[in-house]
Amino acid sequence: MRFDDITQAIGGTPLVGLPNLSPPGYHLHIKLEGHNPTGSVKDRVALYLIEQAEKQGVLQPGQRILEPTSGNTGIALAAICRTRGYALTCVMPENTSEERKQILTMFGAELVFSPATEGSNGSVRMAQEMAAGDPAVFMPFQYGNPANPLAHYETTAPEILADLPEIAAFVAGLGTGGTVTGVGKRLKQHDPAIKVYAAEPEYGDLVYGLRNLDEGYVPEVLDVDVLDSRIKVDSRGALEWTRRLATEEGIFAGVSTGAALAVAVRVCKRLPEGSHIVVLSPDGGWKYLSTGAYAPGDLDEIADRIAGTLWA
Amino acid sequence: MPTVRIPTVLRKHTDNQAKVTADGGTVGDVLRAVAKQYPGIKEQLFDGDTVRGFINVYVDDEDIRYLDGLDSAVAPDDEVAIMPAVAGGA
Repeated sequence: MRFDDITQAIGGTPLVGLPNLSPPGYHLHIKLEGHNPTGSVKDRVALYLIEQAEKQGVLQPGQRILEPTSGNTGIALAAICRTRGYALTCVMPENTSEERKQILTMFGAELVFSPATEGSNGSVRMAQEMAAGDPAVFMPFQYGNPANPLAHYETTAPEILADLPEIAAFVAGLGTGGTVTGVGKRLKQHDPAIKVYAAEPEYGDLVYGLRNLDEGYVPEVLDVDVLDSRIKVDSRGALEWTRRLATEEGIFAGVSTGAALAVAVRVCKRLPEGSHIVVLSPDGGWKYLSTGAYAPGDLDEIADRIAGTLWA
Repeated sequence: MPTVRIPTVLRKHTDNQAKVTADGGTVGDVLRAVAKQYPGIKEQLFDGDTVRGFINVYVDDEDIRYLDGLDSAVAPDDEVAIMPAVAGGA
């Protein structure tokens, strides 16, 4: 495959069977979004965020982009900004892994850190305050921008349907809600019987340490009506399935992938025997090595040790 | 008896306990039993008869909005988890 520039190489990711992890009578497949140019599903979203803004005339040549992100969206935006001459500031929780900070810095992004105790909520709040105080910046705001689910509606879902028209269920993690909303809508238009499940990471006390419940946040792009269920997965469960994916299928994925896989295995029994289920793997494991998630040792101890940084 | 996980933000109402037990056959029964035992928690959890907006409630890890809401069945060894809605990593 030949492309004129890096943005054209986004998408077209492999859909791979999981013969060893599929429960008897079911067929699990994993869509490896880590194969995108900057290594995550967010390449699709970042390109849509920028191109929609360019089309709408709200992003001008040379302008600075500001975005709250825990890493993947930032890295994807940073790479695209390099090719198009935009400056980028990312607001992220201070406990984000070292790999992500280094990649972003190399791509020329400016980093602003929000308190670890506020999780992504803190990054969202801080970025909104910064954008309100500086009319010169453009904030795409992936948590509220329809271009985010649109990227999945127009690219991710059609790829899945082309590869596996008989899909019975789709499982993806819940971050902004863009993936489940965009893919889910398209799949249900294809066949309303297709089920859509969201895997929600259980973030641990650190992230849930809000001062009051009014600080809670539900992303505007999440359409809860597209979901057939929303199932939470704790650090241990996510780590277990991430490791099994490596040891039994030879696939090195990030920890959110393990969470989605855990949900896929759980919901199999609700589907007719012979069903095909697609799990979306947002990224590979490379950017999380420094968290210790893949280190040898007892799973319970590792899960306890890294609960505070795992989902940052 | 079912256990109920209390988020950090509400633990000031439960003598700092992260987990409490409360009897009941549905999520609504269990949460009302918690609210009776720890009165401060009631208005934090409920807006009238429904659970407040920025709270997600799970039985056995499953969001009750996709089960039967407050009428969702709770088995004696189930865990009911109360979690604030937060932005996910992205």
